Amino acid sequence: MKIKRILGAATGMVLGLATDLAHAAYELNLQTPETPIAGQIYHLHTLIMYVVLAIFVVVFGAMFYSIYAHRKSRGHQAAHFHENTTVEVIWTIIPFFILIGMAFPATKTVLAMKDTSSPDMTVKVTGFQWKWEYDYLQEGIHFFSNLSTPRDQIDNKVAKDAHYLLEVDHPLVVPTGKKIRMLVTADDVIHSWSVPAFGVKQDAIPGFIRDTWFKVEKPGIYRGQCSELCGKDHGFMPVVVEAKTPEDYAKWLADEKAKMAAVVEDPNKVYTLDEMKSKGEKVFTSHCAACHQASGMGIPGAFPALNGSKIATGDKAAHIDRVMNGKPGTAMAAFAAQLSDTEIAAVITYERNAWSNHTGDVIQPSEIKALRK
Amino acid sequence: MDATHAHDHGHDHHPSGLMRWVKTTNHKDIGTLYLWFALIMFFFAGSLAMMIRAELFEPGMQFVHPEFFNQLTTMHGLIMIFGVIMPAFTGFANWQVPLMIGAPDMAFPRMNNWSFWLLPVAAIFLIGEFFLPGGAVAGGWTMYPPLFIQGGVSYDLTIFAVHIMGASSIMGSINIITTILNMRAPGMTMMKMPMFVWTWLITAYLLIATMPVLAGAVTMLLTDRHFGTHFFNAAGGGDPVMFQHIFWFFGHPEVYILILPAFGIISQIIPTFARKPLFGYASMVYATGSIAILSFIVWGHHMFTVGMPAAGQLFFMYSTMLIAVPTGVKVFNWVATMWKGSMTFETPMLFAVAFVCLFTMGGFSGLVLAITPVDIQLQDTYYVVAHFHYVLVSGALFSIFAGAYYWLPKWTGHMYDEKLGKLHFWLSVISMNILFFPMHFLGLAGMPRRVPDYALQFTQFNQIASIGGFIFGASQLIFLIVVLKAVRGGAKATDKVWEGAEGLEWTVPSPAPYHTFETAPMVK
Repeated sequence: MKIKRILGAATGMVLGLATDLAHAAYELNLQTPETPIAGQIYHLHTLIMYVVLAIFVVVFGAMFYSIYAHRKSRGHQAAHFHENTTVEVIWTIIPFFILIGMAFPATKTVLAMKDTSSPDMTVKVTGFQWKWEYDYLQEGIHFFSNLSTPRDQIDNKVAKDAHYLLEVDHPLVVPTGKKIRMLVTADDVIHSWSVPAFGVKQDAIPGFIRDTWFKVEKPGIYRGQCSELCGKDHGFMPVVVEAKTPEDYAKWLADEKAKMAAVVEDPNKVYTLDEMKSKGEKVFTSHCAACHQASGMGIPGAFPALNGSKIATGDKAAHIDRVMNGKPGTAMAAFAAQLSDTEIAAVITYERNAWSNHTGDVIQPSEIKALRK
Repeated sequence: MDATHAHDHGHDHHPSGLMRWVKTTNHKDIGTLYLWFALIMFFFAGSLAMMIRAELFEPGMQFVHPEFFNQLTTMHGLIMIFGVIMPAFTGFANWQVPLMIGAPDMAFPRMNNWSFWLLPVAAIFLIGEFFLPGGAVAGGWTMYPPLFIQGGVSYDLTIFAVHIMGASSIMGSINIITTILNMRAPGMTMMKMPMFVWTWLITAYLLIATMPVLAGAVTMLLTDRHFGTHFFNAAGGGDPVMFQHIFWFFGHPEVYILILPAFGIISQIIPTFARKPLFGYASMVYATGSIAILSFIVWGHHMFTVGMPAAGQLFFMYSTMLIAVPTGVKVFNWVATMWKGSMTFETPMLFAVAFVCLFTMGGFSGLVLAITPVDIQLQDTYYVVAHFHYVLVSGALFSIFAGAYYWLPKWTGHMYDEKLGKLHFWLSVISMNILFFPMHFLGLAGMPRRVPDYALQFTQFNQIASIGGFIFGASQLIFLIVVLKAVRGGAKATDKVWEGAEGLEWTVPSPAPYHTFETAPMVK
């Protein structure tokens, strides 16, 4: 086991080094700003850096000169002064005025960032452990956005893509040139929705809705990450925003609506065990495997095993209840709102018949539908 | 003075063996206990940091799984703050405050013993968590709910440990305040007290004001976890953000608890090696007081991204920027103390100079973060990690090293090994910058903190930081060797160890006898 790990790490380093060479870049400053707010932030930071550098050079120039010249080894005799009210008053007042000079432009930016009024479009984003859900309130579409980097890349078994950890299966798509208001909330713990190039970072707080806004001019793909510790997979929760021209966006929107209409499932359809198992495995991989592991063994102590567990092999109703309603006070989320009847039925069927579990139970979507009130 | 010495020697029989340390009420013994405890915890929490840097050397998961990574960062933070920096400063206070004000001991010696011995209990609770099912606490040292509500039994143990450490701190603070206010030698007015005593007096008030706030916050977490209260649970009518307000009302003064005693130590050392009195003593005292008062009205700057209204953001931005003024006064005063001095650069002075320069860099990044829009961009990125490590490693920790080298001869009676001390300094100061400086760039480029794995564009700076980290970690073993060598032997230290040293502590022999100032000295 240990040897395997070390070997894995070694291969990882070789592969890593190869990719390093391909992407050697020493980014020294903020990401290129793509919105007016991000531009203002960039300039504020530059302004403060100049002020700070000037102070640094003056103060520590004096200190290092003194260290060089006023040494005992050079025979310098110590002077005896130990206070000077004039000097002390001056160096209290001057910084005060420097600060006012910095506060003025910063105040203007704060007010601009807070102005979420009259948006062209509103999208609600909900943070989950560990994925984002986007709700287009006026357009009536919604979808989840999961990390799409394959597990093998994270485990150093294969070379990493250029956008390692910054890619998702379903990015947020927005039109360019429009003021987009984001309503930000969370379902379980606090997350933070952040896109550096937009100058946007807003905590997603369960039970509360906060808002922020951005307006992006250039079509393109912009990447960020969850920025508030939200548990085990905090580092694996990217934010990807794709800005399209209004025409392309309209096309995308039509496609998306058509796709959503196509996958509407008949909740009364009756499936066989094998159909449900294969459907369920997919749901399990994208929603459950992060904690319970693909092997169903969980992480001892932190996340319970499903393989041979009391819930997954015992009473069916208790199992369904756990998946639909979660377990309060733990990371086990309530999936009733996240998954469709068929998906819930499929994943429970899978869990009851995968690994060493052989209950033979087939849960039908209709059973889940009946439980929804 | 002679009479005092004869008297001292007459009573210098003190208990020996293990029970001497367990039952001691002597401020010097208790100071020593605090310092050893801090040193042991420093190596433990430091080794957690080494694991963090090893995992982050490369993108991809190498050595640990993400859940364990979160445990490493959480415990590293908790132990470094509550188990290393605070006890080390308390150790300095126990040793030095009575010596500096001419008091025979602390005001409440038995409570002093009690406040020390609570700490190992809390440490056992914290470290023991690693062996519990589910591992140690992994919710971040800031313990934000609802994430903190999700954890297992180790989260309850953490709350207990925080309670115990808080009780210890409050008792220690009561002791320090009472000692300083009531037990000064005749003639030592408040405005004649050494700066270190002043900074600890103010720190002790901060502790008494804020520790109960933390205790309240974690108690609310505990009842939310087990007794169905919904203080921080939105579904039950509570507010998760309220925890952050309460926590940072403690947490921001806490960062000054971690740095004010450092200001005191540095204000003792620079005049000694510049052979010139501290410049602007009175303004130093006022600046320290202003920093302490301002520290209570800036907590919101930790929470600019939670979505507070513009008025709130502006208030906290302005108040935070204001702290730069008194802090600047302190830095200018230190530079003016060095100006036209007759300086020598023994190890304590080297650490003190590095402190002034590098702590100021931490202050500058603090100023950058005070600007709300920039803070929103940098919140929870590595820029913040760089900022607080500059103020806490090259600030608090370097001042502890400076103070340890400065007073080691007084404590042990032996000079430390100057060559090794200088080696320790240079390796530490260089590797510390290799370790933390690139984190500014990582943060600007958008790398979030508390992530076990990162995107490829962050690789190079992480590798540089990790290499710096390994050198920094290894260099600290030199410090251990220096301390052990000085305890076991070495050149005999004189009473007034340093040529330019001033103050009552340098009037007693080295090592400082078990009982000092049984007859109070007169201060002119």
